[in-house]
Amino acid sequence: MPKDELKAEFRLVGTRPNRPDGLDKVTGRARYGADATLPGMLWGAVVRSPHAHAKIVKIDASKALALDGVKAVVTRADLPTGLTGEDWNLQENTLAGEKALYDGHAVAAVAATSRLLAEEAARLVEVTYEVLPHVIDVDDAIRPDAPVIREGAADASVPPGMPPNVVRYLDFGRGDIDAGFAAADLVREQTYKTEATHQGYIEPHACVGQLGADGKGEMWVCTQGQWYIRKMCSAVLGLEAAQLRVTPSEIGGGFGGKTTIFMEPLSLALSRKAGGRPVKIVMSRSEVLRATGPTASASMDVKIGMKKDGTITAGRAEFRMQGGAFPGSPVAEGLYCAFAPYAIPALQHIGYDVLANRPKCAAYRAPGSPMGAFAVESLIDEMCRELGLDPMAVRLKNAVREGDTASYGATFGSIGLIETLEATAAHPNLAVPLGPNQGRGIASGFWFNHAGETSVTLAIGEDGTATVSVGTPDIGGSRASIALMTAETLGIRYEDVRVNIVETGALGVNEPTHGSRATFASGKAAVIAAEAAIREMCNRAAAEWGIEPEAVEWVQGAAQPAGPNAGKFPPMSIAEIASKMGGTGGPISGHHESVPDGFGASFGAHVVDVEVDPETGRTTVLRYLVVQDAGRAIHPAYVEGQYQGGAAQGIGWALNEEYIYGKDGRLQNTVFLDYRIPVASDLPPIDTVIVEVPNPGHPYGVRGVGETGITPPLPAIANAIHAATGVRLRHLPMTPPKILAAMKTKG
Amino acid sequence: MVAVNLWSSLARFTDGARVVEVQAATIAEALQALVALHPGLEPILKGGVSVVVNGEVMPNRHATIAPDAEIFLLQALKGG
Repeated sequence: MPKDELKAEFRLVGTRPNRPDGLDKVTGRARYGADATLPGMLWGAVVRSPHAHAKIVKIDASKALALDGVKAVVTRADLPTGLTGEDWNLQENTLAGEKALYDGHAVAAVAATSRLLAEEAARLVEVTYEVLPHVIDVDDAIRPDAPVIREGAADASVPPGMPPNVVRYLDFGRGDIDAGFAAADLVREQTYKTEATHQGYIEPHACVGQLGADGKGEMWVCTQGQWYIRKMCSAVLGLEAAQLRVTPSEIGGGFGGKTTIFMEPLSLALSRKAGGRPVKIVMSRSEVLRATGPTASASMDVKIGMKKDGTITAGRAEFRMQGGAFPGSPVAEGLYCAFAPYAIPALQHIGYDVLANRPKCAAYRAPGSPMGAFAVESLIDEMCRELGLDPMAVRLKNAVREGDTASYGATFGSIGLIETLEATAAHPNLAVPLGPNQGRGIASGFWFNHAGETSVTLAIGEDGTATVSVGTPDIGGSRASIALMTAETLGIRYEDVRVNIVETGALGVNEPTHGSRATFASGKAAVIAAEAAIREMCNRAAAEWGIEPEAVEWVQGAAQPAGPNAGKFPPMSIAEIASKMGGTGGPISGHHESVPDGFGASFGAHVVDVEVDPETGRTTVLRYLVVQDAGRAIHPAYVEGQYQGGAAQGIGWALNEEYIYGKDGRLQNTVFLDYRIPVASDLPPIDTVIVEVPNPGHPYGVRGVGETGITPPLPAIANAIHAATGVRLRHLPMTPPKILAAMKTKG
Repeated sequence: MVAVNLWSSLARFTDGARVVEVQAATIAEALQALVALHPGLEPILKGGVSVVVNGEVMPNRHATIAPDAEIFLLQALKGG
């Protein structure tokens, strides 16, 4: 609908009621993945490769099977053959076939009557390996003479003659790139690198799977998408999707990492081999870090041309990203987002998706965009300083607005970057004076957002309350937001709506909660379903009054005659209509399923102040500001939470987090003591400003907000460290030793 | 005729063209027409692309497109 037709005053939308899952979570009643327990349940454990790259010569499970209480062992030989494409990738990642492709790659799995016994049996499985040369770093992996991870893995996009580990290639752009650089007063080119980081969700992967010899199965699992679990497990195991019923648990963080499968098919395969007894697998933190998807690591060359007045005349980005031993790094997304905040007449983007001996990468919050932002936003900052320009003014000068052509080719619809930058520039944090060794950095960021397959049902209860069944697990407060929108639409109290996350048999296919889509897509579908229920309730009232349905309108939770000509009847409340539904036509519900259109892109800007200790190189984040366009904040506290969460993860990525491999290709930091995500004492108060440029594609103006917040922190912090120290760090993470070394080199 | 904008590296499948004009009333027809004209594009399109029509990603392949629509193909997008 046109933007100016969007309603601006609301009864509930924009308020901050308690979260519906709050009491269960603070009292420990909420059921997470590891809480599922069934009668006769076995425990599973996974045998993992200690080698980064090795041929599997032999697997001998005889000693494990000889243990009393061991019920099943599965290897790749127990899985169907003949899969292709991404199905094969998923199966190969679930259980290695001919080769182990990374440290931690699953090779076999065991089910036994206790967790300890299963782990002991896993240790007794003897695997004979022939160790092969490996490659870890993306710049090493793209060399023509690098160890070849998989022959024939490249897709049709890769031109002949590319290095063997390049599996996908793209380039795109517009304008005359040479003329663009020639028109600039300053042209600079730099190389930036980011290391792989993990999503760092607090809840490890956990599931209970049950599968009978008849091919009928059930799974209880911690996931962002129960239908994806169903589809992927069915593909890997050769099952019929409808015969596998998947129920999601509460989720202790996902950030994209729980949109795919890891050990879930193993629990089903073990169950089938153990006579249908359910099998529970709970990953350790070490397994999570070694074997579940981190994000890609990236090596990026960026070149920018800028005039003395700050006008950007041209940009070129060449990104190399490794996403582990399988195709799928987010190099395309990184390139699409890199220059997205800017209106630049000449652009060139080149991308390489590269294999390396690392775990298969998974989505991580705005996949690819933080890396691209780190490179481009850092170089823009460098050039602003060289030209003596205000980096905020330069961002405003070049910012895209509605109708501009995006860097990736399409035309922007309604967007709020200008409003976001203006709100940032006006924030009091920018006026706080800085002391010695302190610096301030700013950066912008972008994420497309997403809609996806969505199916929602709303049912009116006998007392006029409403139950909404959605298929998108609640990882950021979506139940509260969907309840608010439903209650607003129906004209009832927030407390009178319950939103349930349901299993795969209860609705049509839903994509996971990913792409910042849940509040947008499930929320939009819930509103449309509520409107369908309202139409039916108006019909019931019309029949009761003996007037035409078109003569009835819905106002404040009740049907009423639309005007004096419709007749004189007192409003009939939702509770009254509902109480009679058994005798007036039966149940009242609404349903909507679609791939909703109209999801709106979201831009953000961050400002960070840091202090760098010149003796140790340690960076302290003093204050942090997130400004982002939410379209409309349905529950502002959850929007702020997403902003703060993105900033917190970005601070970790910028300063501490990285996958560290030894020369043997084994991951060195496999626990949180060594893989250091930020803790509360590392983080400052994170201020937020919610900009609201309503999205005309949603009945309440919603834009997804979950991902954009992690895109600006990496460059914002790098820019702040430069401002504090005079040294430019172009390789994340910016750890104290790196900063100290750079400061000493500078003198 | 509808103009479909391709990313540059697809030009090696289209005799160098980065914009291909096709006769199509829906997105599905446009993609089919692309493959009919340039069969080398088939594995790329089958591998998954996002279709942007007038600035908006359109997942519904049956969506109708106006003759003057601006269509861009992007590599399939995913989120976290």
